[in-house]
Amino acid sequence: MSKKLLTEHFGVQGIDQLPVYKQHGGYSALEKAFKKTPDEIVQEVIASGLRGRGGAGFPTGKKWSFIDKKSGKPRYLVCNADESEPGTFKDRYLMEVNPHLLIEGMIISSFALGANLSFIYIRGELLYVYHILEKAIAEAYEAGYLGKNILGTGYDLELYCHTGGGAYICGEETALIESLEGKRGNPRIKPPFPAISGLYNNPTVVNNVESIATVVPIINMGGEEYAKIGIGNSKGTKLISACGHIKKPGIYEIELGLPVEEFIYSDSYCGGIRGGRKLKAVVAGGSSVPILPAELILKTEKGEPRLMSYESLAEGGFASGTMLGSGGFIVMDETTSIVKNLFNFTRFYHHESCGQCSPCREGTAWMEKILHRILHGHGTLKDVDLLWTLQKNIDGKTICPLGDAAAWPVASAIRHFRAEFEDFVEHPEKYQDVKHYFNQIEDKQLA
Amino acid sequence: MPKVTIDGKTIEVPQGTTILQAARMIGEEVTPPAMCYYTSLKTSGGYCRTCIVKVSKMSEANPNPIPKPVASCRTNCEEGMEVMNYTSPEIIEARKGVVEFLLANHPLDCPICDQAGECHLQDLSYEHGSDDTRYEFERRKFKKIDLGPFIQLHMTRCILCYRCVKVADQLTDHRVHGVLNRGEVSEISTYITTAIDNDFSGNMIDVCPVGALTDKTFRFKSRVWFTNPVSAHRDCEKCCGKVTLWYKGDDVLRVTARKDKWGEAEEFICNDCRFEKKQTLDWTIEGPAKISRHSVISANHYEKMVEPSLFKLNDIKPFEDQ
Repeated sequence: MSKKLLTEHFGVQGIDQLPVYKQHGGYSALEKAFKKTPDEIVQEVIASGLRGRGGAGFPTGKKWSFIDKKSGKPRYLVCNADESEPGTFKDRYLMEVNPHLLIEGMIISSFALGANLSFIYIRGELLYVYHILEKAIAEAYEAGYLGKNILGTGYDLELYCHTGGGAYICGEETALIESLEGKRGNPRIKPPFPAISGLYNNPTVVNNVESIATVVPIINMGGEEYAKIGIGNSKGTKLISACGHIKKPGIYEIELGLPVEEFIYSDSYCGGIRGGRKLKAVVAGGSSVPILPAELILKTEKGEPRLMSYESLAEGGFASGTMLGSGGFIVMDETTSIVKNLFNFTRFYHHESCGQCSPCREGTAWMEKILHRILHGHGTLKDVDLLWTLQKNIDGKTICPLGDAAAWPVASAIRHFRAEFEDFVEHPEKYQDVKHYFNQIEDKQLA
Repeated sequence: MPKVTIDGKTIEVPQGTTILQAARMIGEEVTPPAMCYYTSLKTSGGYCRTCIVKVSKMSEANPNPIPKPVASCRTNCEEGMEVMNYTSPEIIEARKGVVEFLLANHPLDCPICDQAGECHLQDLSYEHGSDDTRYEFERRKFKKIDLGPFIQLHMTRCILCYRCVKVADQLTDHRVHGVLNRGEVSEISTYITTAIDNDFSGNMIDVCPVGALTDKTFRFKSRVWFTNPVSAHRDCEKCCGKVTLWYKGDDVLRVTARKDKWGEAEEFICNDCRFEKKQTLDWTIEGPAKISRHSVISANHYEKMVEPSLFKLNDIKPFEDQ
């Protein structure tokens, strides 16, 4: 088993309560951090090589160093807890089990950025987690970790937890900021980037829950020590939410650099494919990253074993690689229909498109309609080509990455499983369970 | 003063100029089309994606290209920037894709649409679109919403450029309409009907690039190309009073703001001038309005015939079986 930094105390009874959290070394990183200057903490995070855990993998320390400190405007830290990527459920688990870890990370990060007002923007559906966080924040205020003059250092911080309405698009940082301001959650056009003009037009940093929580072990063990874990430019540990046709779905904290094969088949992780079936495909980082067939996910095109790291998963570009993304690891066995799965993903992006820019607004709906037609047995070979050109017309033409996220699954599914699509449109009668599948969806929608 | 090169033509522009504005300074031959950008409306632009261009060199300091196409209306020029618009085949192809998306759910009811003839979407699809559609599904429809006595809303024709929302935000004292719902079914609406009631609401009609917002007092009176535009002015307490009157015979059928060669209102006008003053006696006539766009509105006084440089007959390939 690899090193556990975030999930170390997850088995402890009552770790969500402040006294228990403190017994297990909680808030010691905060005291350490207050002995440093804010710039030293930023340097520490840069040295740790921590990369954003929300999906894009941008170096967190670098993001922090971009924040505009010269203008004298108030600065804000916003924690992006709007986790809604299909297949990803790591942040929810982290906040649910150990809310104080996030709060401690928020205080240290806010101190490093010089923010006196910080927000946790949590997805609306996670209302019960919101209540857990609210309770933990109240405890932290009581103990003097939040509020005025924290621990006698003269540093003030107000921390608010804000629930969203449950829109996927509000996980995009500028849409999140708009939503936090009380507006319609539409992504802004960049530049200006939030580090210059974000929340209320002031410099803002938006970080994922896991990134902020990871700051705590980084301060505890030192940035350079943290950088020793992992491989290449992928440092540290990462929470992976594994789901799909595996024996042991759940959240695993892995050291980056773990071979994918070991992750899927080892008993200490996923435990192999359910029912002893064969592996067909894997979506390695949440629904938006390209899907890979079994032979490409276990080994790269060059024949090297693929590792769970930012670089190794991306090796081969989009032609034969994928992305680590948010860590939503979806495993599909040989009984899975890629066409049906793609329809499901595309339906999601159609539903979640904000409607601001035309390629995404019209394109996601169009792709869903074509896939719907294919699944009902009325597709033609032309439809597959049309899907391919449509995804090309969306990819990279939109305001925010939702357009790309909608295009990549389509592109990769057709790239790697074109034969299956062609088989589906030519012999729809072979896929008899489709009707049943639709009835299920429609029943759900009626209920 | 950054120097920027667009399609091989260099121009020096003031700091903070966008690529689109710089292209407009150079001339029509390098200017990308824009459906949602409006010079006088702040924060407009960036939504329709028709003005995308390729930045092949970011700046003198950072000579790398930008990997994705950028919206030229919202990207500022940098010193030494090199931009490819019509010289980049991938941009022409990408723009074709965007036009296809804009038209996918458009009803194409031009024969009964009052905007026909001065519709930017018509021009766009003619100049930059492909000659047929691959969209085979039922096009979306919306329920009609009554906005009030002067403005007719046809949501099915809307391309969600957000211009009318910006007009209400920046020109009138309070905005009562906006975008409801999201994604494919998002629509411009007032939520409460007949709610739009202020002195400058009529400008929503002028900024609308398509026939989604039309003038109820002009509806079905005449095709625009049968009317003659005449510049006129009057002393108005509320606005500049400089307008274009659209005559058919001796009757003023319609009053609009004066538009420049990019189809943008030079100065916004009030509802009194637009809807109430429809007698020649109300106005001081200046003379025929100049139309420099390659418009179907022929009052026989084109400034010049614009060379159809953007689309050449020889480039149109015979219909390929797909």
